[in-house]
Amino acid sequence: MMSNEQLINTKQKMEDRLIPDHTVGNIYVENARMSARKVNVYYSDKQALDDVNLDIGSSQVIAFIGPSGCGKSTLLRCFNRMNDTIDGCRIEGEIKIDKDDVHDPAIDVVSLRARVGMVFQKPNPFPKSIYDNIAYGPRIHGLAATKVDLDNIVQYALHRAGLWAEVKDRLDKPGTGLSGGQQQRLCIARAIAVSPEVILMDEPCSALDPIATAKIEELIHELREQYTIVIVTHSMQQAARVSDRTAYFHLGKLVEVGETTQVFTNPQHELTQDYITGRFG
Amino acid sequence: MSLTSLVLSVLMIGAVYFFMGQRLITRYRSLGKAKAHSLPHYHGLWAALTSILPGLILLVIWSIGDDFLFKQMVKDFYPTEILSMGTMDQAVVRAKIMNVVEGIAFGTPEPWIQAAGEAWISWKSTSDLALTVLAIAVSVGSGFCGYRQINPEFRSRNNVERILLWALALSSMVAILTTLGIVLSVLFESIRFFKLVPPQDFLLGLEWNPQFEGAERAGSGGGTATYGMLPMFVGTFLISAIALFVAVPVGLFASIYLAEYATTRVRAVVKPLLEILAGVPTVVYGFFAALTVAPFVKSVGESMGLEVASESALAAGLVMGVMIIPFISSLSDDVINAVPQALRDAAYGLGSTKSETVRQVVLPAALPGIVAAVILAVSRAIGETMIVVMAAGLAANLSFNPLDAVTTVTSQIVTILVGDQEFESAKTLSAFALALILILITLSLNFLALQVVKKYREQYD
Repeated sequence: MMSNEQLINTKQKMEDRLIPDHTVGNIYVENARMSARKVNVYYSDKQALDDVNLDIGSSQVIAFIGPSGCGKSTLLRCFNRMNDTIDGCRIEGEIKIDKDDVHDPAIDVVSLRARVGMVFQKPNPFPKSIYDNIAYGPRIHGLAATKVDLDNIVQYALHRAGLWAEVKDRLDKPGTGLSGGQQQRLCIARAIAVSPEVILMDEPCSALDPIATAKIEELIHELREQYTIVIVTHSMQQAARVSDRTAYFHLGKLVEVGETTQVFTNPQHELTQDYITGRFG
Repeated sequence: MSLTSLVLSVLMIGAVYFFMGQRLITRYRSLGKAKAHSLPHYHGLWAALTSILPGLILLVIWSIGDDFLFKQMVKDFYPTEILSMGTMDQAVVRAKIMNVVEGIAFGTPEPWIQAAGEAWISWKSTSDLALTVLAIAVSVGSGFCGYRQINPEFRSRNNVERILLWALALSSMVAILTTLGIVLSVLFESIRFFKLVPPQDFLLGLEWNPQFEGAERAGSGGGTATYGMLPMFVGTFLISAIALFVAVPVGLFASIYLAEYATTRVRAVVKPLLEILAGVPTVVYGFFAALTVAPFVKSVGESMGLEVASESALAAGLVMGVMIIPFISSLSDDVINAVPQALRDAAYGLGSTKSETVRQVVLPAALPGIVAAVILAVSRAIGETMIVVMAAGLAANLSFNPLDAVTTVTSQIVTILVGDQEFESAKTLSAFALALILILITLSLNFLALQVVKKYREQYD
């Protein structure tokens, strides 16, 4: 429990604008797959992200943590331009994948999203068969020349998502008939089927029970060798378990970023410390 | 007392019981006795309902029953030769008696009719007096029984809820019973028709010429009346098909535009405008079809060297199509909006373009609702009369050519039944047979649509 004195202290820190102008910790990595520079995001007049700079390392898992409304999902959605679908959303700054600017007209959004896949908070399989759910992406991007190719892609993606054994006899059954955890792994398989470079996960376990959550976390562990993964999570234990780096956001600012072990054992900024010790959030 | 004032008095007695019941339980409470099971207004409602319902039921039964009873009693006045006459002639006799009752005299009625009429008047006044006394007594008495039951432990809430449940169930029965009644009444008249015209001639006949009915009897020569229904049904389906051909794509595209592409501002203007189309009276569409579209179709067709009737199926179908666009667009728009945003996000997240998302994700998910919208539009198209009467003509040609003049089932029914008709003729009765077949067809269409929707719903929900 938090004492009254601590509560007042925390409030005081917020009011004193202790949030730094510059992020604590090293925002750079050597082999960056994606990078954000001076990113500001506005929803109509409300500023959701304030001058965020961050590198996403190749073949790494980076976790975004922070209290609700801190802008972590907003940044995530900048990486594959999902914010385009929101009315009144305005993005400033530069976001790059490898050497390409994602807002460059030469990179169209279809090919960007083929390179940067996404898994959502609530499992959202299409109301189609399991097979068609996985085959959807390869079909729209023309990845399979023949039916056999497509079968192989579907089988590979389901294997990769650890779902093959459970669904191999019912590929023609609706994906919506699976359990919540299976549905979420189906959504991950669906993202993998397009062979993206980066997978964005927006609180992928928040609608799942602990056992399904454990399976997804195991899956993230296996996928990290091949894919770059960005995961937004409300669970600090989850961030500690699955990620290599952790970024802490507060009121639209990136407060601290660093190696996960370091952020959780020895946070540099007071706000990070308060959040991970459970004083607020 | 008149029926209206009787109903009002019963309702007022109920209102009095409502306040009495409420006061009774409040007094219990203020005396500090045990806490009441239900809130005071439930006790009031219980007392009111126990008084109103028996009163109203009595009123309904009595006012249906007394007429029926008098009809039997008045037969005592009939001379014997009338009793042996057919039902139609007996109805004429009864109409004469009713004229006496209403005080409308055409000449001097026969003495026995005068006597019967006066008897009817005296029965009526006795019955009205009895009903007044009885209705008030019943509602006061049964209300008092309900009122006596009220005490803090009495479960008024549960009882009132149960009465409400029955009232709701009864309301839903009204729709079902009405449908049944319509089907039955049409069915009986159709059976009379099929006694005059063999069913196979009607169902499979290729010629429709009811206007010659009676010509032979009158000895004026001319042709024979024929009652083949196929030309009209072909006409109906031809016009409906043209209408759907216009309305389904246009309506669906409009709804997709409104739901997926239009900005909120455009939507706020366009959607109500589209729905105004549904409010235009069909007679006005009829003008439009007859005066603007039909001549246009004719001149375009003739400039291409085609022979076009001045009242063509195409003109009527086109205008009917425009008429049903709002049904399809408005309903589909609602259905498309109901598709969860999560599905669209999933599709966009995989790199779908907007049109891919609409085609492959949104429309399949919305399909059951879209099918339902189309079926509703089909029923409207098949049942539509006015546009066809004005724009497609009344010539019962068996033709699949949209440039010919054709007619539809509904417009034929109108032509047959407009004006003075003798009820025993096959011509008049044929309208009911047509209606029966039309009802059967639309019912089976609805049934089919429900099956389709069910099949896809299992797949997509």
